[in-house]
This record gives sequence, structure tokens and C-alpha cells, in this order.
Amino acid sequence: MIVAQRKPFEELKSFIADKKKVLVVGCRGCVTVCNAGGTKEVGILASELRLDGQAAGRELTVDEYTLERQCDPEYIEELLELVEKKYDAILSMACSVGPQFITTRYKDENVYPALNTCFMGGAQQHGIWVERCQGCGNCVIHLFGGMCPISRCAKSLQNGPCGGSSDGVCEISKEVDCVWHLIATKMMETGKAETEFGPAQPIKDWSTSRDGGPRKIVREELVK
Amino acid sequence: MSREVRTKSNLEKVLASGQFAVTGELGPPPNASREEVVEKAKHLKGNVDSVNITDNQTAVVRMSSLAAALILQEQGTEANMQMVCRDRNRIAMQSDILGAAALGINNLLVLSGDHQKFGDHAQAKNVFDMDSVNLIRTIKMMRDERRLLSGRELPEGSEPRLFIGGAYNPFADPEDYRVLRAAKKVEAGVDFLQSQCIYDMPRFKKFIARAVDMGLTEKAYFMAGITPLKSLGMAKYMKNSVPGISVPDELIERMKGVPKEKQVDEGIKIACEQIEEMKNTKGVAGVHLMLIEWEHMVPRLVQEAKLGPSQRK
Amino acid sequence: MSDFEPRIIAFCCQYCAYSAADMAGSMRLQYPTNVEIVLMPCTGRFDMLYALKAFEGGADGVYVAGCLEGTCHFLEGNLRAKKRVNCLRDELKILGTEEDRIRMYNLSASQGPRFVEIAKEFTEVIRELGPSPFKKNLAA
Repeated sequence: MIVAQRKPFEELKSFIADKKKVLVVGCRGCVTVCNAGGTKEVGILASELRLDGQAAGRELTVDEYTLERQCDPEYIEELLELVEKKYDAILSMACSVGPQFITTRYKDENVYPALNTCFMGGAQQHGIWVERCQGCGNCVIHLFGGMCPISRCAKSLQNGPCGGSSDGVCEISKEVDCVWHLIATKMMETGKAETEFGPAQPIKDWSTSRDGGPRKIVREELVK
Repeated sequence: MSREVRTKSNLEKVLASGQFAVTGELGPPPNASREEVVEKAKHLKGNVDSVNITDNQTAVVRMSSLAAALILQEQGTEANMQMVCRDRNRIAMQSDILGAAALGINNLLVLSGDHQKFGDHAQAKNVFDMDSVNLIRTIKMMRDERRLLSGRELPEGSEPRLFIGGAYNPFADPEDYRVLRAAKKVEAGVDFLQSQCIYDMPRFKKFIARAVDMGLTEKAYFMAGITPLKSLGMAKYMKNSVPGISVPDELIERMKGVPKEKQVDEGIKIACEQIEEMKNTKGVAGVHLMLIEWEHMVPRLVQEAKLGPSQRK
Repeated sequence: MSDFEPRIIAFCCQYCAYSAADMAGSMRLQYPTNVEIVLMPCTGRFDMLYALKAFEGGADGVYVAGCLEGTCHFLEGNLRAKKRVNCLRDELKILGTEEDRIRMYNLSASQGPRFVEIAKEFTEVIRELGPSPFKKNLAA
């Protein structure tokens, strides 16, 4: 899933400093699963904004609505009735795709991102999310014992570990596992050292990654 | 054990002749002062076969390694220009390789590079377009196949004739994969390899014996990294705080056993004993002296350890 | 400020605090009428939004009263509640008010007098802090 995190309250407050009517829009997709922008988080943010407005003694209405998804135009369409109520600001609690889709559909609205979109990953345990994919567009994790060195190595090395790996952790932090240590250890333990760790991987072709420019997928059989 | 010499490198000539080589290290200043490079170079001249010029080490901005390498060479000492994968993509790398060779650089040593998190520009975007193994392959391809990564051919005589260096780490668990990673670099075409500081001789010898067994030391020259301990404090710091460096308790005890003012002498003495042991270890082609910001101690060390050009008569 | 009577919402677990309140009643112990109790099946059911809604509705303080640590009927509901309360304390600071407007208490069902003590103590804390800054402009 796409893992995101709510922006600092101060920043969100600054977005609506001069606004009177605000709509907070959640998303039931990834950000619900990672507890960043679902119905519940929309409720909490809206409540906090209202409390803050009350404390400041200013007139502020904060409405809440959560869409099935914010990354499909059909669901964005659902906002039409609400948008017609004329909000001064719309805070989208989806990944950054959401506010972009809302802005595109409702050009006159002031749309703000309420989350910082962080990475593609999963829950290591409830409350702890870790990065696992960088969307390079050409998955080769099978060559690395099923682990992704692009997203999990601080240097995205194709042939690690580097000299900064020590006691199984990365040089950037003792909190970060050295994925190359994990890859190498796994290959040693499964007897694949010679066949799979031995041969050096070639230079990565980054053209399928973001380096090739913004990406687009067209599936003719699905396009009407 | 004389091997074929393929470049104009002095370091290669020494290594190929079977003599015990010695390299030094010089960190370019974090400014544009030519004088600082010249000053540090004085201590190294005539005492070592060539000198590594670091490339923005610890991700702190410094004078470019190419510029400092050229200043050093003007002073009469050969440079091992370093290049890290952190700051350049394949376009810049190949361009700098061509440029360095054109300007008279003979040795190019490649490294992954310290993560920018440690440096003075933690906000930087890193590159890591390719890793050190692939950079070694690329330089070798440019030199031996006269081709760029694009496939474009380099006219005969215009290829970069570089002696290719790399780094190896003998200390990590499981120990086996460190040898295999060094093997990858040898396979990729590295000509010489230097290690980080070695204090744990038994562990190092185990590593090098494995490399000898695998035939790696026949294909590339393995040099052992030496940094004399300056004090008990430094020994403890190296042991506890520097990742990937192993300092045996005996050395700590030995440093503890001498009064503070004698600790520098003891550190040099330990280094000399280590160097002597290295000379007699099969598979070790030379030593790499890393006396960072302590360059003035190099003349004394090479003299006491009977090392380098000045001691070879 | 002397005539300020705080409005306090107490989220009480049925297995401890709520039973303790019952016991206080049968022991004829008096506790401040400022405290309005909300029955919870376990403080693990306590949601951050409940407290925020309480403040939005005009509460001056909120406390969560669960079982003694290690004795939760559902094993660790009270520990989870504690984390949520701590998170809310941080949020209150960010919102510019005192973190002590929300607290977590732990007690057992047999501690009727302790329930009264907590109710009195928290009421005094809030009385000291004064009215919630969130309600000063709330329509009466």
C-alpha cells in the first residue's frame, strides 16, 4: 500500500488560517489501512481543527466526508454535491494522488494535501510501517532472495553490501537493517552463495523508473 | 612474481615487479587552497608509491578529487584518484573518467561512498546510478574494450589507460560473503584493492588465506590498510564506535600498559610489527597507510617499518 | 474563577472504575457532581475521537479510568488506552492547551474510596486550570 502520514498540525492550520468553511475528505484506500486518512483520521483532524477554531474564537465550520477512493474519477464525482456548498478549502487526506484528482475535477476549489505521502510498504506490525518498493518499473527481487535492494538499501546497491554495513545494520542508522546483509546471509544459508550471490548484477536500467519521466500505463482492452 | 604492466601507473609498476608497495592517503581541503594540498603532499613525497585522494569523504564538500590529485602530481607524487558512486550518474562518471585520464591520472579507485546523511549536506539527493562493482566494470570496458556504456567506440589510443582500484572489507559476519564480494570486484576487473584499517591480524589472515585459496590474489593486488593508533582513547574509539573495525583486546591492553606520552611511540611500534607481518603474509601485495590529518608521521612510519621508495635504496 | 464548576467526562471500565463507583455509592461516599461517567466495556474501547468530541461538546477535562496494569479483563485494553491518552496529551499541547486536561487512572473494582479520591483530585486539577479554552466561544 501507499503509506502516508498526517502533516504537522501547524502546517494544516496555516492552510486554513483565513478560511471559514472547510471540508476534510478522507479515502478508504491505502491511507485507511495505514491509519493516516480514513474516516477515523478525518474525524480526528476535523475535531482538532474545530477545537482550535473554538479556542481562537473564530468562525469555522469543518465538514467531513470519506470517499471510497480518491484515485478514480468516479469517486471524485461523488463530491459534486458537497463542493456545491462552496467550501473555502478542501483538505484531502488521501495520498497526493487524491488532492491532485480533486483539483483537476473541481478547478475552482482550494485543495490542500493533509498528508505527506511517504512510501510504498507494509505493516511490520500494527503501528509500524516499512518501505518495501520504490516502483522502479522492473521488479527483480527474485534475484535478491526475495528482497528489494532498490528500496531497502540506502544506496540502492545492486551489488552490496557496502563497507558501511556492520553487525547487520546499515551505516545510516542502527535502526535500519542492512538488506544486503539479509540477502547475503539468506543466500549463504540456503546454499546459493556461489550461484546467486556470486555473480555480479549488471548496471540497472533506470529508464522504467521515475528517471524515464512521468509514467503511464495504457491497457487497450480496458480502455473504452 | 612479476606480472604484465598495462598502464603508465607507477603503483602498478611497483606491484607488478613484486615489490611490497605502499600507498598513502590525502584528504583535499574543504576550500580552494592549493597550498594546503601542497603542504600535505610534502610529507608523502618520496615516502609512498602513490597517494589516494579522497572524493568528498564522509559526504563533506571538499576540493574535487581530480583537482587535488593534479596538484599532488605536480608535486611529483602519483595520485590514486578516488571516485564515489554517490554523487554522479553514469554520464558524469564516464565523462570524469575520460577527463582524468586525459589530465594524466593513472590510478582510479572507486567506492560506493559514505551516505550523505553523515555529511554537511544531509538534504542532498543521492545518485547511486551504479554501484562500485559496476563502476569497476565500466572503467575496464572503457580501457580494455575501448567502449563507453552506450556502446560507442573509443578510437585506438584515446581510451583511458587507468589502473583500477577498489576497496574490500575483511571484517563482517558471516565472514564468507566479504570474500565473495571482493571476488565480485576481482571478477569485474579491479586491478588492486585496499582495505580499511586492520588491527585484528588473526581475522585478517583468515580472510586473506581464503582469498589466496580462491585465486583472487593472483588476479588483483590486495593491499592491507594500516592506521597507527595514536592513543588508548583512539584504540577504544576504533573498537567501539567505528562500524566494521575490529580491535583485539590485546592491543587495548598493550596501549593501556604504556604511559600517555609514550602511546604514540607504542602505536607506531604496533603498526611496524603489523607491517612486518603483512610483508610475510602470502597474498598481501602492500600496505595502504591511512594517516588522515597526521601526514607528517608518514616519513617516520615508513622509515621505521622499512617501507616505500626511500627504503628500497 | 471561584464560581467555575468544571464539566468532566470520565470514561470508566465496567470491570473496575465503574464498579468502584457503584461501591462508593453503596458506601455512601460523596464525589463531585462535576464528573459525568460514561460506561465502557473496557478502556480498550476508548477512542481518541471520544475525548475530542467531549471537548468539542464543552467538557473542561476528560479522564479514562481502567483496571490496574496487568489486570485488564481483556489483557491489555488499559495499556492501549494509556497510549491513546498519552497521544491525546501531546495533541492537546499542539492545540495550545494543558496536557493535564486529559489523564489516565488505574484502579480496581474494590477501590470505592480510591474512585472518590480520583474524582476529587481530577476535579481540583481542572478547577485549577480553569475553563476549557475550546468552549469560551461555544454557544451557550
